[in-house]
Amino acid sequence: MATMASEPTGIPVRVEEHPQSFIRKYIFSTDHKVIGIQFLFTCLFFLLIGGLLAVMLRFQLGFPGAALPGGDLLPDTMAPDGIILPEFYNSLVTMHGTFMVFFAIMPLLVGVYANYLIPVQIGTHDMAFPRLNMISYWMFLVSGLVMLSSFWVIGGASAAGWTQYAPLSASPEASGVSTGQILWILSIAIFGFSSLLGSINYITTVINQRAPGMTWFRLPLVIWALFITAILGLLAIPVLTAALIMLLFDQTLGTTFFLPTEGGQPLLWQHLFWFFGHPEVYILILPAMGFVSEIISNGSRKPIFGYKSMVFAIIAIAFLGFIVWGHHMFQSGMNPALGMSFMISTLIIAVPSAIKVFNWMGTIWGGSIRFHTPMLFAVGFVMLFAIGGFSGIFMASSPVDIYIHDTYFIVAHIHYVLFGGSLFAIYGAIYYWFPKMFGRLINETAGRIHFFLTFVLFNLVFFPMHGLGMEGMMRRIYDPSQYEHLADIQDTNTLITWAAIGLFISGLYFGVLFFWSLFRGKPAPDNPWEATTMEWTLPSPPQHGNWKELPTVYHGPFEYSHPDVEKDWLSQNERPDVVSPAHH
Amino acid sequence: MDWSLPLNASTQGVHIDNLFWLIFWITGVAFVLVEVGILWFLWRYRARDGHKARYTHGHIGAEIVWTAVPAVTMVFLGIYSGIIWADIRSPDSFPDDAMTIGVVAKQFEWNVTYPGADRVLGNDDDFTIRNRFEFPVGEPVVVRLESEDVIHSFFVPELRVKQDAVPGMTIPIWFEATETGEFQIACAELCGLGHYRMRARVVVHEADAFDSWYDEQTGAALAAAAE
Repeated sequence: MATMASEPTGIPVRVEEHPQSFIRKYIFSTDHKVIGIQFLFTCLFFLLIGGLLAVMLRFQLGFPGAALPGGDLLPDTMAPDGIILPEFYNSLVTMHGTFMVFFAIMPLLVGVYANYLIPVQIGTHDMAFPRLNMISYWMFLVSGLVMLSSFWVIGGASAAGWTQYAPLSASPEASGVSTGQILWILSIAIFGFSSLLGSINYITTVINQRAPGMTWFRLPLVIWALFITAILGLLAIPVLTAALIMLLFDQTLGTTFFLPTEGGQPLLWQHLFWFFGHPEVYILILPAMGFVSEIISNGSRKPIFGYKSMVFAIIAIAFLGFIVWGHHMFQSGMNPALGMSFMISTLIIAVPSAIKVFNWMGTIWGGSIRFHTPMLFAVGFVMLFAIGGFSGIFMASSPVDIYIHDTYFIVAHIHYVLFGGSLFAIYGAIYYWFPKMFGRLINETAGRIHFFLTFVLFNLVFFPMHGLGMEGMMRRIYDPSQYEHLADIQDTNTLITWAAIGLFISGLYFGVLFFWSLFRGKPAPDNPWEATTMEWTLPSPPQHGNWKELPTVYHGPFEYSHPDVEKDWLSQNERPDVVSPAHH
Repeated sequence: MDWSLPLNASTQGVHIDNLFWLIFWITGVAFVLVEVGILWFLWRYRARDGHKARYTHGHIGAEIVWTAVPAVTMVFLGIYSGIIWADIRSPDSFPDDAMTIGVVAKQFEWNVTYPGADRVLGNDDDFTIRNRFEFPVGEPVVVRLESEDVIHSFFVPELRVKQDAVPGMTIPIWFEATETGEFQIACAELCGLGHYRMRARVVVHEADAFDSWYDEQTGAALAAAAE
């Protein structure tokens, strides 16, 4: 067991070497790296599902009433003769949101990288609770499969939106979905437990198992982000779980927590859901900001600009994230005076986000920039996340929100932060840590092609949605042509659908590149990006237990281009007396 | 699609649109500065032989500036938005002399209850018309919004009005039309299978035209009640 030591000296620690069966090593593994990789493969599968659902719902909006190519494979309850039914459309939007938020983006950020990176970046052998970690993965897989299975039950998958507003979600008569709805609730409840086990693990590991010399302000920003994210999850997810259990009882046992017929209160669901849901939004962006900080510092060959203000900004965002949930409810019937206070807290949360964007700009300023694929995605993140931040100001202003609430302006915003933001950072992280995880390189030219395709098509899909929102196009409508004020938008919707198909294909291209590189990529050196954090001093891939002898940390996390050092990077655990000095 | 807001036909819409465009210009300037700044830095500081990156951990002055400027801007926007929000939604903002109309949403229709000949809602001479909402221009109208089943949202884009209808609650909103014309109520909150076609006709009349339409309706309602 690793212990904290105040003086930076290497402590030899015995690593248990014992042969493991294939099943214990790769299937029911307790090794944080294997678990991280299991999360990665599983999440990429769910990302594909989420993308497929998106293409299907975009097809209906682009070509209303046309038969979906290959749609005759779907049962008549979904798409008779390949034509998507309105009730199936509602399931598509619900499940697209659900898969992307819960089974792709969140576990890609946290399940994959908190597991993989925390021990190798803070310098320890494994997680504090390896078995809990293993259980966390398997519960995640079960929850995802339960969610997926709901497409094939009678009545189909949940059609109440990923936000599951009651009473639509609470009463089978209202939505027409019963079993699928129950499966949705159960799946997310299991997911919540999985996520809680992960959070406890990450928090404990970061607090207790940092290598000698790894002080709090020498932690890489990824670790800060993942640590704060884990605290957010620990505090927010139990609220969702409680709300889900109430919803399940309303569905099955005839209780009326959210049904007004016998004294229930529909807005109670919204308060509980968004008390979870807004911290959740930051769970979905803070780790992405961590990846980007790391990659931009590396690509610019400069220390991150304003390390401490980056840390305080993460903490400020996390704290404020708990007191802004009402901004989702300005038009819900909540007391208007409450709307006022939520508006102020929401506008203030823009400040730490702005600090982060400016600090990233400060980092590339004066750099010596290498445009490797992770750097392209990281810079893409900053450019697109900024747009998502700006559009957020419109909806934070509650009078403007009266008009744009529940329109495509919101859809544009969420995709700029969750796709342009989180998923771009995830792509960057996959390219950046792929050599470490698998010991092979992804071809740089192929990666850059993926970036440019994704960047251009992403903007073609989502930028025009701001315009659709300004025209007043509502979210989650099956057929905009029903409305006079939406008579002129079909061309735009068709263009968006073509671009979305292209974006999906660029995602498939990435999938092919990923798996091809896994088997055919060139062998990776230990430190292909000449990076400073400690995972790069391990072999690619690191062995079981990571370190034979725990490293000692001497430097901050982003010591690039130090004037007293010849090479332009300094590993955190590089002994100062053996570093070759710069020639003056 | 022409990247504009639809015709505005209400007094509140003027303020909402002004605020929208104010935020558009503020964020637009910031957008150009950030995006051009990033692209300029990327080009200017690309790796070149013989150049080493500047070794710096930050600059406290710059960081104070780029904390303070957004903070002041946000506080300003918050106060300005708050004043407009109160003018639209605070209970004090409701006009005393407005005609009150009841709207009850249910899957998938809007039932509009008019206050009858006495123009007082909630007594025997009220009458209800499905999916038709008519009222006069230039006079404030209060809508008492209810729902029978799930949450719907009362959205008339041209009036810049949107409010959820929540079962178990009666939510008042008010507005005053500045243009006559025919518009639609659209449901803006996912409410089930027929959400996408839950719409109703809105007719904004000149005052006299409304009165004659209204008298016709009350007459018909009285006749129906007499039978």
